[in-house]
Amino acid sequence: MNRKMDNKEVSTSYWKDAFKRLRKNKLAMVGLYIILGLMVIAILAPWIAPYDPYEVNYDEYLEPPSLRHPLGTDEFGRDILSRIIFGARVSLQVGIIAEGIATAIGVLLGSISGYYGGWVDHLIVELTNIIFAFPFLLFVIAIVVSLGPSLTNVFIAVGITGWAGTARLIRGQILSLKESEYVEAARALGASNTRIIFKHIVPNCIAPIIISATLGMGGAIMTEASLSFLGLGAQPPIPSWGSMIDYAKDFLRTNLWYSFFPGLAIMITVFGFNLLGDGLRDALDPRLKV
Amino acid sequence: MINYIIRRLFLTIPTIIGIITITFLLMYVVPGDPVRILMGQRGDPETIAMIRKQMGLDDPLPVQYFRFLGNILRGDFGRSYATNRPVLPEILSRFPATLKLALASMLVASIIGLTAGIVSATRQYSFFDYSSMVVALMGVSAPVFWVGLLLMWIFGYTLGWLPISGYGGVSYLILPAIALGVRPAAYIARMTRSSFLEVLRQDYIRTARAKGLPERRVIYVHAMRNTLITVITVLGMELASLLSGAVLTETIFAWPGIGRLSVDAIIKRDHPMVQGTVLFTAIIFIFANLIVDISYAFLDPRIRYE
Repeated sequence: MNRKMDNKEVSTSYWKDAFKRLRKNKLAMVGLYIILGLMVIAILAPWIAPYDPYEVNYDEYLEPPSLRHPLGTDEFGRDILSRIIFGARVSLQVGIIAEGIATAIGVLLGSISGYYGGWVDHLIVELTNIIFAFPFLLFVIAIVVSLGPSLTNVFIAVGITGWAGTARLIRGQILSLKESEYVEAARALGASNTRIIFKHIVPNCIAPIIISATLGMGGAIMTEASLSFLGLGAQPPIPSWGSMIDYAKDFLRTNLWYSFFPGLAIMITVFGFNLLGDGLRDALDPRLKV
Repeated sequence: MINYIIRRLFLTIPTIIGIITITFLLMYVVPGDPVRILMGQRGDPETIAMIRKQMGLDDPLPVQYFRFLGNILRGDFGRSYATNRPVLPEILSRFPATLKLALASMLVASIIGLTAGIVSATRQYSFFDYSSMVVALMGVSAPVFWVGLLLMWIFGYTLGWLPISGYGGVSYLILPAIALGVRPAAYIARMTRSSFLEVLRQDYIRTARAKGLPERRVIYVHAMRNTLITVITVLGMELASLLSGAVLTETIFAWPGIGRLSVDAIIKRDHPMVQGTVLFTAIIFIFANLIVDISYAFLDPRIRYE
């Protein structure tokens, strides 16, 4: 790996430059720290959570924030802080797995569409148009209803609806890259189409892929929260931020904090991904920097 | 122009057929026998078999598909499992509520978004610019149902100024419209700012300044016109997505629009109604976007000659 990196002098300095630009962008760094912090919380959840997130305690239900329970307790007496800490695991999983599926499908279909052209291209472009024509959340809801409500099905639904944007982006990149001289050279050397696409072309569109995946992760987390809020995502007693608010809303009048903290967690997380995504766009695409 | 409109109309045909196909397949793979859902515990096997036959559920997939397609094209969206009444009239009767909410939140979003965007652009890198763009990004990141609940708590429960939820006069409209307007407002602010900044860098703006026009005139007359083209498109696109039903907002505020209808149908496992609302909103979305595109071509003649 290292040796390879050394050979690609140009691309190394491109990434170094990009990182330098990113580090100068304060907001993007805030986003990065939020995401890193979240990852640490998710990984260390069993050790840092003060209570077991599933532990029911009817002696202490719906308590306001206190020293014992910094963010209060829910209607089963479960510690809200611990549930939010474990909820970070759910959200990050959704972000990584669901958006991973979407990005993989998008890159694959986008490159096939752009590289081969012809009827395959028409078909895929038409399919992206159809996906864009659906109101996104309702489409995801319809899929989850068909598959049955569960967290796994949320991954699948977000994965198979979320790829269209990436596909469109990659197709555009490939259309211009496939005419370039180094691709022609690779073809002249007898490289197969698969090799040209995945070894030569896709690595050159890695920047837009990273940008759209980062923004997409925030979107996927928001979608999961919305579905869980409607009772279609994570099923109880899994501590998902969205379903916590779903249960909390019945106690809104007297227990604001119960609704407030899980929502704050969603907002901070999605905000982090959006900040980083915006910053990456400025850092990785110098052409956009005016 | 007429040619452009006709061409665009033809281009929507394959998309609409694609949407009908996907909606059909989605409901076809739904687990559970629809007749069972319809009959509940009552049905004996013979009756169920008979009804299945009547409903054509035993026909091969392609036969069922083309029958579905034919029915939809004739405006027959099927009958609700819950009420046994046709789905489409029910959806149409809910549309005015969705339209009202969409227009109200669009109004909120445009006022906030345009003001924040223009002020930020004219004072680029100022404290206001910086903070309003951070707030805008937070607005995009906050879940709409959470914003709705917070508004409810503040203005409904605590201050008691506005009704918590329900449908009625203007007072019922305010909270859901603000909750739903936050996201488009943030988006409009960001787009207005960036397109304004782009316009401000153009030569004709420098010319306008060079010939001694007051800055006010340069910004609000010369730059504004070209910014509006982009901004109107964004407004139109946002309106299109709002029209297709605000599932979450309508649910928490008990607003009787299409979004709420579809969530109720999901809970009741009323598949024809789910199918109908998805299809209906997708078609509304397509045509709303089409109108946006056409008006864009109207505002910017360059588009027509692509």
